[in-house]
Amino acid sequence: MAECGASGSGSSGDSLDKSITLPPDEIFRNLENAKRFAIDIGGSLTKLAYYSTVQHKVARVRSFDYSGKDAEQDHEPPYEISVQEEVTARLHFVKFENTYIEACLDFIKDHLVNTDTKVIQATGGGAYKFKDLIEEKLRLRVDKEDVMTCLIKGCNFVLKNIPHEAFVYQKDSDPEFRFQTNHPNIFPYLLVNIGSGVSIVKVETEDRFEWIGGSSIGGGTFWGLGALLTKTKKFDELLHLASKGQHTNVDMLVQDIYGGAHQTLGLSGNLIASSFGKSATADRDFSKEDMAKSLLHMISNDIGQLACLYAKLHCLDRVYFGGFFIRGHPVTMRTITYSINFFSKGEVQALFLRHEGYLGAIGAFLKGAEQDNPNQYSWGENYAGSSGLMSSSPELCPTQRARSGTFDLLEMDRLERPLVNLPLLLDPSSYVPDTVDLTDDSLARKYWLTCFEEALDGVVKRAVASQPGSVDAAERAEKFRQKYWSKLQTLRHQPFAYGTLTVRSLLDTREHCLNEFNFPDPYSKVKQKENGVALKCFPRVIRGLDALGWEDRQLALVKGLLAGNVFDWGAKAVSDVLESDPQFGFEEAKMKLQERPWLVDSYSKWLQRLKGPPHKCALIFADNSGIDVILGVFPFVRELLSRGTEVILACNSGPALNDVTYCESLIVAERIAAMDPVVHSALREERLLLMQTGSSSPCLDLSRLDKGLAVLVRERGADLVVIEGMGRAVHTNYHAALRCESLKLAVIKNSWLAERLGGRLFSVIFKYEVPAE
Amino acid sequence: MGAGRLGVPMERHGRASDTSASSAGEPAPVGPDGRRRELLRCRASSASEPPVGASASAEGVRRSRPGSYSGAPSASRQRVESLRKKRQLFPWFGLDIGGTLVKLVYFEPKDITAEEEEEEVESLKSIRKYLTSNVAYGSTGIRDVHLELKDLTLCGRKGNLHFIRFPTHDMPAFIQMGRDKNFSSLHTVFCATGGGAYKFEQDFLTIGDLQLCKLDELDCLVKGILYIDSVGFNGRSQCYYFENPADAEKCQKLPFDLKNPYPLLLVNIGSGVSILAVYSKDNYKRVTGTSLGGGTFFGLCCLLTGCTTFEEALQMASRGDSTKVDKLVRDIYGGDYERFGLPGWAVASSFGNMMSKEKREAVSKEDLARATLITITNNIGSIARMCALNENINQVVFVGNFLRINTIAMRLLAYALDYWSKGQLKALFSEHEGYFGAVGALLELLKIP
Repeated sequence: MAECGASGSGSSGDSLDKSITLPPDEIFRNLENAKRFAIDIGGSLTKLAYYSTVQHKVARVRSFDYSGKDAEQDHEPPYEISVQEEVTARLHFVKFENTYIEACLDFIKDHLVNTDTKVIQATGGGAYKFKDLIEEKLRLRVDKEDVMTCLIKGCNFVLKNIPHEAFVYQKDSDPEFRFQTNHPNIFPYLLVNIGSGVSIVKVETEDRFEWIGGSSIGGGTFWGLGALLTKTKKFDELLHLASKGQHTNVDMLVQDIYGGAHQTLGLSGNLIASSFGKSATADRDFSKEDMAKSLLHMISNDIGQLACLYAKLHCLDRVYFGGFFIRGHPVTMRTITYSINFFSKGEVQALFLRHEGYLGAIGAFLKGAEQDNPNQYSWGENYAGSSGLMSSSPELCPTQRARSGTFDLLEMDRLERPLVNLPLLLDPSSYVPDTVDLTDDSLARKYWLTCFEEALDGVVKRAVASQPGSVDAAERAEKFRQKYWSKLQTLRHQPFAYGTLTVRSLLDTREHCLNEFNFPDPYSKVKQKENGVALKCFPRVIRGLDALGWEDRQLALVKGLLAGNVFDWGAKAVSDVLESDPQFGFEEAKMKLQERPWLVDSYSKWLQRLKGPPHKCALIFADNSGIDVILGVFPFVRELLSRGTEVILACNSGPALNDVTYCESLIVAERIAAMDPVVHSALREERLLLMQTGSSSPCLDLSRLDKGLAVLVRERGADLVVIEGMGRAVHTNYHAALRCESLKLAVIKNSWLAERLGGRLFSVIFKYEVPAE
Repeated sequence: MGAGRLGVPMERHGRASDTSASSAGEPAPVGPDGRRRELLRCRASSASEPPVGASASAEGVRRSRPGSYSGAPSASRQRVESLRKKRQLFPWFGLDIGGTLVKLVYFEPKDITAEEEEEEVESLKSIRKYLTSNVAYGSTGIRDVHLELKDLTLCGRKGNLHFIRFPTHDMPAFIQMGRDKNFSSLHTVFCATGGGAYKFEQDFLTIGDLQLCKLDELDCLVKGILYIDSVGFNGRSQCYYFENPADAEKCQKLPFDLKNPYPLLLVNIGSGVSILAVYSKDNYKRVTGTSLGGGTFFGLCCLLTGCTTFEEALQMASRGDSTKVDKLVRDIYGGDYERFGLPGWAVASSFGNMMSKEKREAVSKEDLARATLITITNNIGSIARMCALNENINQVVFVGNFLRINTIAMRLLAYALDYWSKGQLKALFSEHEGYFGAVGALLELLKIP
């Protein structure tokens, strides 16, 4: 922790502003290369945005130059691995209370070194007030941006780029947060921004929006009137008062007017007939709590009613709420949701945004960065660097608040390539990648969180081992452990922190944390070794397969796919076996497989299909390196090619566990081609295409796939999708409906999951699906 | 005042036609005096009409109510009819017991014959005398003398219609008075509407020995307003509007001829607010309502300023400056917010300036009262405008006791509706603003459609 403002800024340091401590390793990260600043100063919170580049290590694989060497030497690895520095772009957003603004500006000034930035985009009501301060401290020119334009730009950005951005809030249900899958078309929608007043904006396209109405009864009314009525000065305190009050002491209810008769008349007696109707008397005192509650109801109901009237007039059923009145406060989300449900009779949905507080800053940033075309890229939320929902809510997360003050962070990585839907999804708007929602299923949540906790030691060990030459590997690994451990603890208490909690999000968070501490590919050496071993076995496996009759071969190929899939360092059960018995081989793995009939077994249907005409083009999502891809997938690919089916083999763009990466797949394919004429000619004739998925996750989100892959899938008219492995075919996509035939296969390498599915460890899933005509 | 009934935005269709099939669609005949006469002939011609005083013994009544009736009246109606059949029709009352105020209309017959007078029981005389010779009753009851409708013909009787109000919390005293004055001996029927008709029903019965005939408040409201508009206001127009409402000097209150009343958006601002779309005499629905109504204005004023009466609250408001309390568009943007076409004078945040301690210390009670009035009024205007758009209706009539002596609110509604609708919507007002429910109850008593 560094004393902010004490680092040579020349200021006296005795003001309150100066005495705050900022943990610089957590806040304002990566300032050195920062450029392009934007700031959104609201009534009480400041949001700072900056664009920076992050240097981190990546493991690169490269084929050896075999000329003059004996490639068949036994100890020779199949390719070399080098660790290189890579520069990627990242957006940083920091949110803090206005009290800290001066200290923060000082901190930035001191840490901003080699920037050529001259301008800072500013938005929000406070931009005027702090203009001089910003210009003086940062020596940047302040460019004012329109508040609403920024807000909407920001809103479009998060809706497009952050999965599970929007959620429905249901107070008395478990979970309270219901995250929405991103709709492929986010327009049109209604944005109701509740700041001091209320603005109601209809957003029709990226650039077209219209202010269709508003109301002066908003957050400022709650705050201002609340302060007058209760002598309580702070907004949060007022909300706190409201959460303890009884509005029925202040409001005139239907039952107060009708007596007991409301029941026989079919009226709900608890409905408010007149807000503050009971306070029209001089001879009674009302408690602060009750008045605050009544005020909250009055304002929320009014906003909800107007929002419904506007939604109805413009035929819209999605209304996003934002602004400081909402700002993740459960109590206001609850009353607004109630009001919307009441007035629309359920026809309009009140939606809230996880990053609602950042919209203005994001929009201002995008305005300033238009020349960089940030909207042409896809962006991904970095779980390692983002605080998560409610991080600064004092009621919900006291520990985190104590740790980093009231600072809240969001980091977004610019992805190398734009991501789009797989064109073969049956209904992109209803596609949900994840099979189990751990926010929903508390038993499953507890199991998986514990599972990831228990596996953490092993991951740390492997991370250290992957960088034997590094002096600080142990130290970084320890930091990784702490970071991921604390994420897991946060998720135990707030499963909703990063959207719907899933096995995928737990895995992705771990990858993000590993990357954060420069462990880009802890399995690179393991993969290298396994690829080497498997490549040597390839000819023997092919000879064995070719010796079989057609029907036996088909089963052997499928078993090979499944057996290869047993080799998975990601699953704890398997890594235990592999650690203890490094000689555990392909044949042994086949022996381990469940006998048919499998847990899910549509093999006969598949075999029947194979007797028919060949598929035009198969899209195969590969899983693990080594035996899986080389002895399982490639023979299967080879058979498809022989049938006259084109094959697109899609592998991860970046490393995740021991999954085969796109770069590794290129080398592997090249080595196989050297041994096998079928693969060789297919590669040459582009009947076998190696592509990248755009993902670095052990799971698979078919709604966020590399655009190049999507284009190719459409061009080649893929009519078969093969998804292999537990992460891609069970944790995700198990229920995914496609427009073409699909094959989902996996070996369940987790006894808990196997039991849940009604089977045992190493049970086999073989799911062949043909879409309904 | 009618309750806002925030909670019941269900569709409601008028039931006004269930007693008056024949006359429902016909325009009321216009008498030689130029005013419409409510002729009993209309009622008598309907075969399905329930009996109204058919066997009443009082001469005058029998004379004015020829014809016999048949039909299948509802249970509650049967009770009323059986009461009515006994004899006595006078006194004629209509009662609307709202959340804050009780509204009472009383028909004072001026054509009482000598015979009639002779037969008239003492208590009836005393009631008539008490009501018509006073303008105030007890410490809180008030007769709005200026609203009195003179020489009205009702069920063939000529007389004056009186408008009386008192706070709902004095209801027990009113019931007690009914007991003291021996109302029950008159065997009269009290037609009452508003939530209080239900709430106080038992008290009427046990303390006053009076059986209430409870009526739906929205039915009564719609009936009452259509009737009162049809009879006018002592030769003047009942309905009016404001020209140049924003200009203190040029602002003019002008009569409006509601010759094409349908469709009509009816906004009743009592303690709460009910908004009705009226498509015809018998066809209306409740569109929505809001709990931010007159009760909210007065309640908040009490809390913020310590005032004790509605009049006092309005007085204060008339002297205050709401721009000290509210945050205007120009306070935020320095002028108009052109991007959205928002004028600088528009309120961006009601009470928004009160977020600041210094400004809280700098405002007066009058400023706060004014801001409260502006906030509530603007909000009602805004919801009414949205309802008018959604229902595709362009004339909006604002009624209810919130508007009583409340020119600030009326002018603001007039201006806001005109400005935000770019002249498409017209805000109309009615002289008897808060009494329509009570009038509707009286009409129900007399079975006037």
